[in-house]
Amino acid sequence: MVSITALMILIGIFFFLFATGIQAFAEISLHDFFLKATWNPAAYTEPAWGILALITGTLMVTFGALIISVPLGIASAIYLAEICAPKPREIIKPLIEMIAGIPSVVLGLIGILLLSPLVAGIFNLSNGLNALTSSIIVGIMVLPTIITISEDVLTSLPKEFREASLALGATRWQMIKMTLIPAASSGILAAVMLGLGRAVGETMAVLMVAGNSLAMPTSFFDPVRPMTASIAIEIKEVVKGSLHYEALFAVGLVLFIITFAVNFISDMIIEKRTRQYKW
Amino acid sequence: MKENRTLIEFRNFDFWYSEKQVLFDVNMKICPDCITALIGPSGCGKSTLIRCINRMNDLISCTRMKGRLLYKNKDINQKHIGVVELRKNIGMVFQKPNPFPMSIFENVAYGLKVQNIKSRSKIKETVEKSLKKADLWDEVKDNLNLSAFSLSGGQQQRLCIARALAIRPDVILLDEPCSALDPIATAKIEYLLKKLKKETTIIIVTHNMQQAKRISDNTCYLLNGKVIEYSKTDDIFHKPKYALTKKYLNGDFG
Repeated sequence: MVSITALMILIGIFFFLFATGIQAFAEISLHDFFLKATWNPAAYTEPAWGILALITGTLMVTFGALIISVPLGIASAIYLAEICAPKPREIIKPLIEMIAGIPSVVLGLIGILLLSPLVAGIFNLSNGLNALTSSIIVGIMVLPTIITISEDVLTSLPKEFREASLALGATRWQMIKMTLIPAASSGILAAVMLGLGRAVGETMAVLMVAGNSLAMPTSFFDPVRPMTASIAIEIKEVVKGSLHYEALFAVGLVLFIITFAVNFISDMIIEKRTRQYKW
Repeated sequence: MKENRTLIEFRNFDFWYSEKQVLFDVNMKICPDCITALIGPSGCGKSTLIRCINRMNDLISCTRMKGRLLYKNKDINQKHIGVVELRKNIGMVFQKPNPFPMSIFENVAYGLKVQNIKSRSKIKETVEKSLKKADLWDEVKDNLNLSAFSLSGGQQQRLCIARALAIRPDVILLDEPCSALDPIATAKIEYLLKKLKKETTIIIVTHNMQQAKRISDNTCYLLNGKVIEYSKTDDIFHKPKYALTKKYLNGDFG
């Protein structure tokens, strides 16, 4: 019953987005929408509807966040699952889970007040509201997802793998590297994908620290305006039913399709691996 | 015991899991190039005993021991003896077949990779030799890249034996290797072990007395953590010295 409700809600959201968003393409060509870098819907004479700069912003923040959080997250998961003594683990794990509970507005504030001056100072920039700062903030938000799921996967591996590996004269590090990580790889991948989904969709903190410039970003020190931030900033100014309104829904549709595709692909990879090596 | 050579020796060996003592004053000499069987009812300490030999009990916290356990006349529990080095010489096969979630080839090559052997040709050669020794080569030679989990239980157990053999250990410990297998798969493994004893010392824990009788040279009967009787297998099965051994062998308890 609950799952049917969830499915209905999902389908409902999709159709709502689709029905509104698709109308935008009556006036905007797909080519202009996806491949032009200028997004200027409010222009008097010639409004521009290219979301390439927005997509680039989203991708930069997402991958920047993953570059920070994936190595750190997996390393922490391995430490917690395999190296840390049980007592400290019982303290550290809930602390990490608490990061997930910090409201993103608060993280955004920390980004504005502490991190962006720091970034500006280190790299000698006029201001620190840019892709790098948002990557760091989103990276922090994604960390608990990656750590807790990877750690669960590692601890749920059968103890036989550990015994078999050690009995062959492996050191603890060899056991982790050669047995546990490969065996847990599909689960760790799932953790990364979930983190990726969260990073793509993150709005509030990103909106606060990304700088929100509409120009096409050329480096991580440029301000960016990810798709989520654009929708959040502009939706309150548009007339319901206008072309701008529909175009924002089209952007939302693109976001939805991206996260859906990420989840779908990761499910397929996991499914394939577990079928091949089921224990 | 007529064999004078000794590879492994327990001297006044006691062992505890936290407060519970599971081995009491074990004295036992295990000779090289033969099969030694450990028999006894469940919970008598035979698995604990065999796991002391390659220090698998290190994985469990709160264990304690007293007395000495010598391998080639060196106390294996002394600090300067590396446990990794010890386990390279003393391999182990477990009760439940436990291949890694990798291909058949990678499973056997694992121990070599642990030792940092990089040469592809050397690895290939050793994998083939080990699988042949474990009587598995003919069944898997065309499918070396298949998942180890595609094999049957008996094949998986022989794969685990091949994996242990690949690093050429002096001793192989087997902890009830056939308890999860059917009689045909069991017979194959017994045949294999008898063949292997020429080059590797074998110590096997079994709850199956007939298995001990069929394959072992020496048998040790344990009860409640104490060695009741340890002698040549023929002697122990045909003229047991102690009433307790006789009762167990007759199936009066256990």
